[in-house]
Amino acid sequence: MIKTNKKTPKNIILSLDNVSISYGKFEAVRNIFCDFKKGNITSLIGPSGCGKSTVLRSLNRMNDLIPNCSLKGTVMFKGTNIYDKRVDPVEVRRRIGMVFQQPNPFPKSIYENIAFGARINGFSGDMDNLVESSLKKAALWDECKDKLNDSGYSLSGGQQQRLCIARTIAIEPEIILMDEPCSALDPISTLKIEETMHELKMNYTIIIVTHNMQQALRVSDMTAFFNAIEYEDGDGGKVGYLAEFNSTKKIFNSPKEKITQEYISGKFG
Amino acid sequence: MNSLYYQKRLSRNIGDKFFTCLSVICALIATLPLIFLVTYILIKGGSQITPELFNLEPNPPGDDLDAGGINPALVGTLIITSIASIIAIPVGVGGGIYLAEYSKGGAFSRFIRFGVNVLAGVPSIIAGVFIYALIVSTKILFGSMYSGFAGGIALSILMLPTVIKTTDEGLKLVPNDLRYASLGVGASMYTTILKVTIPSAFRSIATGVVLGIARAAGETAPLIFTALFSYYYITGFGDLFYEMGSLAVLIYNFALEPYDAQNKLAWAASFILVLSILSVNIFARILAAFNEKTKRV
Amino acid sequence: MEEKLILFKNRKRFGIEKNIDIIFKNTALVLSSFVAIILLGIILVVFFKSFESFSRYGLKFLVTSEWNPVKDEYGAFTAIYGTLVTSFLSLLITIPLGVGTAIFITEDFVPKVCREIIGSFVELLAAIPSVVLGLWAIFVIEPFLRDFFVFLHSFFGWIPLFSTEPTGRNSLLAILILVVMLLPIVTSIARDSFNQVPKKLRNAAYGIGASRWKTIFSVILPAALSGIMAGVLLALGRAMGETMAVTMIIGNSNAFSWSLLSPGYTISSMLANQFGEADGSQVSSLFYAAFVLMILSLVVNIFAQWLVKKFSLKY
Repeated sequence: MIKTNKKTPKNIILSLDNVSISYGKFEAVRNIFCDFKKGNITSLIGPSGCGKSTVLRSLNRMNDLIPNCSLKGTVMFKGTNIYDKRVDPVEVRRRIGMVFQQPNPFPKSIYENIAFGARINGFSGDMDNLVESSLKKAALWDECKDKLNDSGYSLSGGQQQRLCIARTIAIEPEIILMDEPCSALDPISTLKIEETMHELKMNYTIIIVTHNMQQALRVSDMTAFFNAIEYEDGDGGKVGYLAEFNSTKKIFNSPKEKITQEYISGKFG
Repeated sequence: MNSLYYQKRLSRNIGDKFFTCLSVICALIATLPLIFLVTYILIKGGSQITPELFNLEPNPPGDDLDAGGINPALVGTLIITSIASIIAIPVGVGGGIYLAEYSKGGAFSRFIRFGVNVLAGVPSIIAGVFIYALIVSTKILFGSMYSGFAGGIALSILMLPTVIKTTDEGLKLVPNDLRYASLGVGASMYTTILKVTIPSAFRSIATGVVLGIARAAGETAPLIFTALFSYYYITGFGDLFYEMGSLAVLIYNFALEPYDAQNKLAWAASFILVLSILSVNIFARILAAFNEKTKRV
Repeated sequence: MEEKLILFKNRKRFGIEKNIDIIFKNTALVLSSFVAIILLGIILVVFFKSFESFSRYGLKFLVTSEWNPVKDEYGAFTAIYGTLVTSFLSLLITIPLGVGTAIFITEDFVPKVCREIIGSFVELLAAIPSVVLGLWAIFVIEPFLRDFFVFLHSFFGWIPLFSTEPTGRNSLLAILILVVMLLPIVTSIARDSFNQVPKKLRNAAYGIGASRWKTIFSVILPAALSGIMAGVLLALGRAMGETMAVTMIIGNSNAFSWSLLSPGYTISSMLANQFGEADGSQVSSLFYAAFVLMILSLVVNIFAQWLVKKFSLKY
């Protein structure tokens, strides 16, 4: 990747600098400043429509796939602006993995689901080992070690989501983005995935969008609270902004902003 | 009367009955042609089927009572349809991939989709006229005029919109989640398309393409002045650049002959053409129904 | 963590992979623009080839029916008239038949299996090659209807449309065979339009006590109307361009007659019939006729597409 001169503190792996994202003319989020620390789990919370998923998708350029989506500002990843014209979005995605809201395994076997991404990334080690270790890290190994050749669709929803996590881990990304990974799952699967996240924390930086404040409290070190306000010109449209960003403890125990206080105590959202 | 019982003579009930009968009659009339046509072809054409039919050349009309066989036409249809497929499938699938995977609903893709629909509506004879002007009359293909190759190109123009449409629509049915999954692990766009989206849409695309080929196999209008007709065996590669017979043109030519022997040959050719086209269609239908069922489980 | 990266030697995308990606995209782009090139090519080629005839006869070509290669006089009125008459009349018969069948298929008069079978029968009809329908028309339909045509002439001979003695091959036969070809198009599009009408509309009508056919006529049919219209226009385009079956059965005569029982001509049958042996300015005149046919079917098709677009916005 291309180095730029701008210095970032060493433990900051990803930083948003005055980022605004629009879909066509409609501005979704405005003027976001935010630094993500290496080895942390950061959760993005906020009412629906505040653009937290949009921000998450912009972190590995998944937004490129949405027509008319444009971004202003810079997203620095290890000293490189990933929106620089010279940056290859595919390379960004190889280093910043993503787990989606709906479990989306490939219509291939469990084994192939994991091997596919690894092969694309030019994996040259022992594939069987990689599959096993990834499934173990995603806490799925015991449930599917005897049916690695079955289709990924034969698993339950929660298992499918853990398969998707295993698939992402397998390519050893430096950051894992998770877009409401548990919203389609039952409480038990959710718990398992949260346990998985705790395991992963040792090696990865995780950024997670969640609707569930309890989940944010349980898993994350840092929390970013997004909110949406109406446009100044007042045509009813809303634009998202980052209302408060602090350690999870502080956000939930002593928020600085009144709006944060109201949100986490369930007054709106 | 203050009763909830059904009253036959109420005007709305009579009206309902009348229109119901009318629509039943419509449905009956609509199904009759296929039944009559297929039965007639099976009887009339089926009785002509002999081994010689597949082996012999057709005899020019008027010589004697024996009309010969349809070997050159059968082989010609296979060759011309293959040429058309070889041209139309890569172009059409490639174009469909662009529309479904790359274009983001911009002006260009709207224009192309519009063009596909317009091209699909261009009369088939116009495709023949176009290729006549472009290839036959200019002798651009190694100095040959009428040729099987020119016929294949004309047919490919008719197949192209079908192939693009089925590819475009088949790919659009693939959920975006699957694309994101592949791109999310860092796959390039072409890897995603070739390894993930196309395999998922393969069956629907293949069904559409095969139906398109079946349709092209029966087309006559684009061939009558591009490939023309030939009575002689196709023996080598060079014959591609000479006049070439086909089942469809054989039926056309021999149906208009006043001789019974040639008419019978036309029926025999219809039997083979209709039987193969219908079985491809029915097979595709069964496959589609089967797919629906497995999806629901 | 940095050591692990060594295992993935493609972490950086190398030039070759990037290039394949770009080449793949651009190839697809070029292939998709082929459609536009071919379409444009067809229009331009047919136009330029017809130019000689166009500059000689101008618009007079459209209204005279002299077609004499010996005297080099050409006018396509008979063929244009034949094209329009056969396609409009065949549509007139097909519309009620197709819509009626579509209603039968979408309503629950008979069990679903039966309806599906009838539906597939009608759709399979579309798969029959037109040349086979022509063969069938010559050898089966024509002998079958011969007496009926004689009857038509003797009882309705005072109507110009039936004013001549029926000949073996005539325009009316062409119209009937066109009905068989258009039926699948109209039926399947009408059926799709009916299926797209939201269920709640039907329930609303039933809920206030409308009978079945009252519901169909006053709620479902109006809601599906623009879809059906689009289907009818597509069928019209098909009818105007249909060649083989019509050429085989219409009799191919350039002598103009109001009567449907006499032989006629359509533009496409004229092309099929004469193109192979034409030379000199006849070729250019045939291209002129082809150009007229193309414009007619383009206009109809574009209008149909516009209607489809308008229709799809509604729901």
